Amino acid sequence: MSFLIPCPHCGPRSVYEFRFGGEARKRPAPEADAAAWAEYLHVRRNAAGVQTEWWFHRAGCRQWFQAERHTVTNHVRRAFRVEEETGRDAL
Amino acid sequence: MDELFQSRRMWRRHELKPHYDVAIVGAGVHGLATAYYLAKEHGVRKVALLEKGYLGCGSSGRNTAILRSNYRTVEGIPFYELSLKLYEQMSAELGWNVLFSQCGHLTLAHNDSGVAGLRVRAENNQLLGVDSRIIYPAEIRRLVPALDVSSGAHWPILAALYHPPGGIIRHDAVVWGYARACDALGVEIHPFTEVTGMETARGRVERVRTTRGDLAAGAVVNCTAGWASTVSQMAGVPLPIVTHPLQACVTEPLKPFLHHVIVSATLHVYVNQTDKGELVIGAEIDPYQSYSFRGTLPTLEQMATYTLELFPQLHGLRVLRQWAGVCDITPDFAPIIGRAEDVVNFYMDVGWGTYGFKAAPGSGKLLAALIATGRAPELLEPFAPGRFRQGRLVGEKAAAAVSH
Ligand SMILES: Cc1cc2nc3c(=O)[nH]c(=O)nc-3n(C[C@H](O)[C@H](O)[C@H](O)COP(=O)(O)OP(=O)(O)OC[C@H]3O[C@@H](n4cnc5c(N)ncnc54)[C@H](O)[C@@H]3O)c2cc1C
Ligand SMILES: [Zn+2]
Repeated sequence: MSFLIPCPHCGPRSVYEFRFGGEARKRPAPEADAAAWAEYLHVRRNAAGVQTEWWFHRAGCRQWFQAERHTVTNHVRRAFRVEEETGRDAL
Repeated sequence: MDELFQSRRMWRRHELKPHYDVAIVGAGVHGLATAYYLAKEHGVRKVALLEKGYLGCGSSGRNTAILRSNYRTVEGIPFYELSLKLYEQMSAELGWNVLFSQCGHLTLAHNDSGVAGLRVRAENNQLLGVDSRIIYPAEIRRLVPALDVSSGAHWPILAALYHPPGGIIRHDAVVWGYARACDALGVEIHPFTEVTGMETARGRVERVRTTRGDLAAGAVVNCTAGWASTVSQMAGVPLPIVTHPLQACVTEPLKPFLHHVIVSATLHVYVNQTDKGELVIGAEIDPYQSYSFRGTLPTLEQMATYTLELFPQLHGLRVLRQWAGVCDITPDFAPIIGRAEDVVNFYMDVGWGTYGFKAAPGSGKLLAALIATGRAPELLEPFAPGRFRQGRLVGEKAAAAVSH
């Protein structure tokens, strides 16, 4: 189903204006071993429920941000600028 | 009257037993094929198929039923070829007409890189004995006169990969034919039985919880396609899978004018005409991860736009229905088949993405052999779950992404 995403900069817009960036995951430290990096690259929780994920507003402000979306209903609970919520360290 | 209908049932209902040799989660075409070969070739008959909905409610009843084996990689080609051969025999083997029509399959190229990609496939196909070759506009026009092969098209057609044995099957007939054969071999089919959890201990699945009670099984097999991650998580097995919807539509019927399956990866569209005269049109996956079954207007517009690029004479044709299924996409567009690395009795046959219907007989046969003998047949080895950890990806994207 198509749906709207409330871009933190531009307000609600059609999902087709955005590029999907996948579920938000914590990046391993640079010195982490190969197994940790392989897991980061490939393994996904692929939740059937609410997940926090990356979006890029391709046809708007051209900024990356995160949103909480229910992957069964596509309902977007909220969208936010990551720096404001968790600080730059989280990126 | 009642008895007449009873005796014609294709599969029987059963109480759920507390123990099975093999419990298969998901009764789509892959679960059914695995159960069929376990019972038929290995004498493993205490098999239960646990299905949360009706038979074929997943992608096995929603796909566009294209069969082919003209893949790109040395791992993929013989694997898909095995299935195509088994499909050719299936009506005779099951005593049940699966309406396989080997009408021929054309993959179009509209630019130089597209032609180069088809060349690689044609070479690899021929080396491995698959009937597949490149043809150019004059021959394309002869085979498919309805196609716009003029040089004035927006995306002129430069060449096509022609695969004569490819074609269309009746997907529901395959599901029902396997179900009927499984039932005759003593396999228990349990529709409306959802697996809701698993208990693991000492690296084994000890119990499987369902909406109709718990059970234990010597081996538990995940054949749940789009839902593969949800079932795998119950066993504590992480997967490199993301679920995306895939949509298709069907138009009102026309007189027969198109006798081949036509695919264009560049235009993200594929088209064939059914025996009833309808056009079946498919798209690429939705551009975001989701478990939603709702169709979208942008995808319908895209299917219509690109179909008209190939067949301008179809403007004004009306669409009857549009639908979606959920697909389990892997990073290398190849399936994941084998035993979980850390849970010794948990097997999987997942990651079938947008292209798994054509592969069911082969993967069912090979997976049944692995479960029954403990040894992975050679054709299965490249698709083992451990390949992502080891960085040995298969690389089938060029031949699987839109072409299904
Ligand atoms: C629109 C579309 C077009 C396609 N076109 C083609 C094509 O042309 N050619 C091709 O080869 N492939 C095609 N595919 C892909 C193909 O349909 C699938 O890869 C294939 O059907 C997968 O079969 P399966 O048996 O693994 O999964 P499914 O048929 O999806 O079966 C999985 C089953 O698991 C059940 N299940 C899920 N969770 C649970 C649970 N917790 N407990 C119990 N049961 C559960 C589901 O209800 C479902 O019935 C297409 C798919 C779609 C959606
Ligand atoms: Zn924006």
